Parts: sequence; structure tokens; C-alpha cells
Amino acid sequence: MLRWQGRDVISIRDFTREEIESVIAKAKKMCADHELLRGTVLASLFFEPSTRTQFSFNTAIQRLGGSVIGFAGSESSSIAKGETLRDTIKVVEKYADLIVIRHPLEGSARLAADVASIPVINAGDGANQHPTQTFTDLYTIEKFQKKIEGLSIGMLGDLKFGRTVHSLAMALTRFEHIKLRLISPPNLRMPVPILHELENVLTYSETEQLDLRGLDIVYVTRIQRERFADIEEYEKVRGTYVLDRKSCEQLKPTATILHPLPRVNEIAPEVDQLPQAKYFDQVQNGVPVRMALLTLLLRGE
Amino acid sequence: MNEELKVTKIRNGTVIDHIRAGMAPMVLRILGVERGFPEVVVMAMNVRSQKIGFKDVVKLENQFIPDELVKKIAIVAPQATVDTIKDFKVAQKRAVELPSELFDIVRCPNRNCITNSAERVPSHFTVERRESVCLRCHYCEGLVEGESVENLL
Repeated sequence: MLRWQGRDVISIRDFTREEIESVIAKAKKMCADHELLRGTVLASLFFEPSTRTQFSFNTAIQRLGGSVIGFAGSESSSIAKGETLRDTIKVVEKYADLIVIRHPLEGSARLAADVASIPVINAGDGANQHPTQTFTDLYTIEKFQKKIEGLSIGMLGDLKFGRTVHSLAMALTRFEHIKLRLISPPNLRMPVPILHELENVLTYSETEQLDLRGLDIVYVTRIQRERFADIEEYEKVRGTYVLDRKSCEQLKPTATILHPLPRVNEIAPEVDQLPQAKYFDQVQNGVPVRMALLTLLLRGE
Repeated sequence: MNEELKVTKIRNGTVIDHIRAGMAPMVLRILGVERGFPEVVVMAMNVRSQKIGFKDVVKLENQFIPDELVKKIAIVAPQATVDTIKDFKVAQKRAVELPSELFDIVRCPNRNCITNSAERVPSHFTVERRESVCLRCHYCEGLVEGESVENLL
């Protein structure tokens, strides 16, 4: 039996394939049920704002009959008065049944989980982890492809700073026969420590060419201007790694295009009409996945 | 032990032997030996050793090394032995051993890690690999490998 009650969700590293699959299976069965977590209070501590993530947790708990306390932005909180994160957690846990935390420092969520006696979910700790996004990505992949193992998955764009692709790549090491194609400009390649973790566990290749042939999944990320010292270089790269109708002609009809959103111009609006475009479904899937995690942590099953 | 090292036999103190060749200065740094250090210190580098080929040796008079420092030494000299000497005799023999977790010993190099914030959380690393040491921060999950660890002690 997997033990879920009272557990924390801090990093995708903490989860086995079996556990990931049980979250996916649970998410598939979730539907609005105002009795399931009735009376439960979720503390939503957003030390930096992230409206979508916060909305998605709020929606998830409210569809299960629970309610939310919390704040967004550190100005409004006791942090502005100089309270430590540890003290904030020790106080908040007296009011709530579960804590969702987003914080600009890496490792903050782990610290919160170490301090708290109630479950803590990491909704993003700096550049480190955002596990509920990864669970959502995996759920979406499974939903449209009916499986995860054996898939050919392309990751496109900023693979150096993109937290979502790091976590997703790590999660994919739990599944067998994955083929990963890492498509990025040379200065935004997947970091070497992560490549080391992929070695011998899955097959990966790196390329600068926008080659989408044969892929089951195309996971697109935003390339940010700040990553380039030279504006000309940025403009060149920005034009190269773009999904439009033409580049999408390479895609298999059964392929799935994903993007953690928000997008800027890396996916042309015309692509939204294609049957492969699933990034808005991906957003929607964040709700049942978070409902599943909340239920598992608070009910144990 | 070699003939020439016998000369410097100490009455009370510590002998750190089997230090990986070249690492004695680092061990001295860990022990806080610098200008103004009041006791007799003997350092030998690149001494022939049957056990590990070449080794460094450090002897400190009237100094006894707490376990916390022995853990630090384990990071830079994983095969070292730490002998406590009392009245010319070995009173305690310790083999350094890198524990599976290090608390408040190595600083996290990630400036954006919670352990480097005003929060004042002691650092916490898990040892991922012992041979050519590799550590992972319990908090930010960042890796520290090889020689860069030495600068974080």
C-alpha cells in the first residue's frame, strides 16, 4: 500500500513511477464533490504572485467543499515585518489542514515541510521545483497518448532555465523506453547535471534543428529575452524555435503539443486550431490533478 | 611510519595520517592552522605509503580534533586516519568516514538557496557519491561535485 495521508509534495524526485501513476489514476476519477473535503481549510501562502497556480489550487479545494485562507505577495504578510518562514509556517499550521507554498527561494518548500506537521505542497520554489505542474504534464501526456512509456518526446526552447522541462525530464526517467529529443539554441541547452541523471535511464539526443518528425509529444517553452546578451542573437533564435502552421506540417497527426503557458510568440495563434494543440487542455487538467493530490494527502486514498 | 617522521613524535596531540597526497594544506585550513597558531605543527607531503602510494601526514601538538572536523576532513581526504596521542601512545584511532548526510558542514553555493537567506537554516547535504565526492543540497536540490566542495567547507 502506498502511504499518502499526511505526505508532502515538494519535488518530483520524491515520487516513484507507481506513485505518479496512482496520482494520474486518481485524477481521472475526480469530479466536483462538495462533501469530500468539506470543512477542510487550505492555507495558500504565495510569497510571490502566481495567479494561475493559485487559482488552480483554489478551484481544486473549492470543488471538493473546502475553503482557502492565505495571501499573495510578501508585502501583505508578516514577512514584511521580518518574520521568518519557519515562524510563519508554525503559526499557519494551527489554522489550516494543508499548506500550499510558493516562494522565490530554492529549498523554501522543503524547509516548510520539515517544519510543518501538516502536509505541504510546493507550488514553486525559485528555479527548483514545481511538482504539481509536472504531475499535470504527465497526466496530460497520458490522457492524450493513453500511455507514457515508450513515447518520443521533444522538448523545445529554453531548456537551460526552464524549470518545467527539468522536472518533466526527471519524471520521465521513471518510465521505460522514453526517447527524448532536446531542441534548443546552443546557449540554452539542458544543464549537464540533468543530462547525467538521464544517461543510462532513457535515450536522449540534442539538436539545434527544429526537427519535429516522429515525435509523440512536443513540449514547448518560452525563450526569454533576458537570457541573451545580444539582441540580434535573440531575434534570430526567436524566429527559429517557433511552432507555426508550416513547422507543424512535420508533426504526426496523433502528436500532442504542450506548453506550460504563458506563451509569447513561440506558438503562433494559428496553431491553436490544429488537432494536436492541447496546451489549453493542459491548463484545465491542473484542476483534477490538484484535486487528486489534495484528496490523497488529506484522506489518504 | 617512515624513519624521518619518527623524529617528530609527539607526546600529546593528534596525528592525521593517510591524507590523500597534496591535501595536507587543505586539512590544515580545515583545522584552522594559520599565522599565529600557537602549537607545534608538522606537515609532511608526498611521503611514500604502502597503503595509498603517496600520502600526506599532519601532526599537531596538544590539539584534539572534534568529530565535526573529522567529517570535514573526510570530504577532502576520504582515506585519512585520525589518531589521538596521549603520553606518546595512540589513545584513540579513528578512520574518517563520510556520513550519508552532512549538517552544517558544507555551505551551499547557490545564492538563491534558502540556507543562504536571512532564514539562517543550517545547511544539509546528502552524499550521492563517495568516490570523487558528490553532494546534493537537501533544500535547493543543487549538486556540488569534486574540487568545488573544498571551497565550501
